[in-house]
Amino acid sequence: MTSLITWFRRNGAMREHAGPVALSLPAVIFLLILFAIPVVQLMLLSVQSGSFEHYEKAFTDELYVTVLLNTFKIALMVTVISFLLAYPLAYYLTIASPMWRAIGMFCLLMPFWTSILVRTYAWMAILGRRGIVNEALLSLGIIDTPVSLLYNTSAVLVGMVHVLMPYMVFPLYAVMRRVDPNLMQAAFGLGAPAWRAFARVYFPMTMPGVLAGASLVFILSMGFFITPVLLGGGRVTMIAVLIEQFVTEFLAWEFAGALSMALLAFTLVVYGTFKWFMKSERNLA
Amino acid sequence: MSGTEYSPPGRRRNWGRIVLGLYCGLVLSFLMLPIVVVFPLSFSSASYLQFPPPGFSLQWYERYLETPSWISATIVSLQVGIGTTILATILGTMVAFSLVRGTYPGKPWVDRLVAAPIVVPNIIIAVAIYGLFADLKLIGNWYGVMIGHTVYAIPFVVLVVSAALRNFDVSQEHAAMGLGASRLRAVFTVTFPQIKPAIISGAFLAFITSFDELIIALFLSGSNMTLPKKMFENIISEIDPTISAVSVLQIVLVGIVLFLSQRLGAGVSPIKS
Repeated sequence: MTSLITWFRRNGAMREHAGPVALSLPAVIFLLILFAIPVVQLMLLSVQSGSFEHYEKAFTDELYVTVLLNTFKIALMVTVISFLLAYPLAYYLTIASPMWRAIGMFCLLMPFWTSILVRTYAWMAILGRRGIVNEALLSLGIIDTPVSLLYNTSAVLVGMVHVLMPYMVFPLYAVMRRVDPNLMQAAFGLGAPAWRAFARVYFPMTMPGVLAGASLVFILSMGFFITPVLLGGGRVTMIAVLIEQFVTEFLAWEFAGALSMALLAFTLVVYGTFKWFMKSERNLA
Repeated sequence: MSGTEYSPPGRRRNWGRIVLGLYCGLVLSFLMLPIVVVFPLSFSSASYLQFPPPGFSLQWYERYLETPSWISATIVSLQVGIGTTILATILGTMVAFSLVRGTYPGKPWVDRLVAAPIVVPNIIIAVAIYGLFADLKLIGNWYGVMIGHTVYAIPFVVLVVSAALRNFDVSQEHAAMGLGASRLRAVFTVTFPQIKPAIISGAFLAFITSFDELIIALFLSGSNMTLPKKMFENIISEIDPTISAVSVLQIVLVGIVLFLSQRLGAGVSPIKS
């Protein structure tokens, strides 16, 4: 910051820049002290011993490798399932009548704004031993004893898709609304069957929305904590759960720092790839 | 293949549309299911989680109101939420002005720093601040949680306010200055009234973000629990239907906040137009 100020003085630009810089200072200082520096410190802790032993442990010990792979696998599955649910829904919202669009938006936004905890709790009530699904199956005579639907990967997937799917719908809807319907008509007019018009004309045009939604959902999935803990019941461990355990239970800050660094690196790689794709897409257009 | 003539594939497309409609109906029911389920549970007369509820009672709402730990958690959450709203709105609006209007070296870095808390996973923010606050003995204070939530809420305010500022025509401000108003006065009398809806929306967004946030609160609030932390501990240890009553109250509160933001602000739509 001081170097910035001297730079302004030297260039005689002080007066012009002073306002905007002063306006940014409170937030910048706040975020530096309470966000950027603590995060960097956490990262430094992981290599404090002067070696990469904690990273070695995280990437070679079978227990942790399993968790890392599991996190990756769950994030990928959540992204794919969300896409399969969100794409048709987003398309439908663009062609639906105003009334149905309003209803659809309500059903999308109402859960979106509801606390994740409330929703996770509701899933426990739905999937639990005495939950709705079990009661329904019992009364229909399909099963004799309650089946356990909670505390496994499927339950975690249900909960996570429910939370993250709207994040896929929003960018898709925003992109689809701008697609010119005449292009599809043109493809039909030129004799393309519906699937081909979709695959060659419509889908490529919605690609920016697909990429934005998929990377957003993937990034958010990787850092997920509440759903794996509650719906996974300790049996489904993801990296965020591991970080929490190492900090609060084992006070192993250095190892937690290494895990955090790994999570952050994965996140930034996905984010960077997405940004790069969008940039090259824009350069092409 | 007599593909040259164009015949609108009427029947087939209608069928396609019906299938699409049904599919979307299922997806939307999946989304609404947990919300719908919570309401009957909260009015249940059963003493444990049971569906369908055997009868109607208000016992879980009474239990909530009579349990001091639930009430104090609610108060802490409101305190933290209001504090976060004020802090994040002021800091976020200022930096949004700076980012939209200013040109200065290092601006791209300010931009990145301000947006970073959205990209960096919550658990990392929580653990990092926890490390700092444990040294400073700030764990268990409501304002510690407020500071953590402000870090997380600033980007949302900046997003909403800077979008409005970008759409604002600066020449109005210049006109006011041409008529003799000082820059500060021009901003306060011309610009502010027009971007006020966006600032209000940003403020509501900051409140909801804080009020729902669990992970940062889990680490920083100690025994001075926020409502989400209290709910989390309750779900892990006992799961009694009091949570469904709390859930309904929370849904209603967030609904009110969204309604107010729609009426007073520019709304908080997550869809970019």
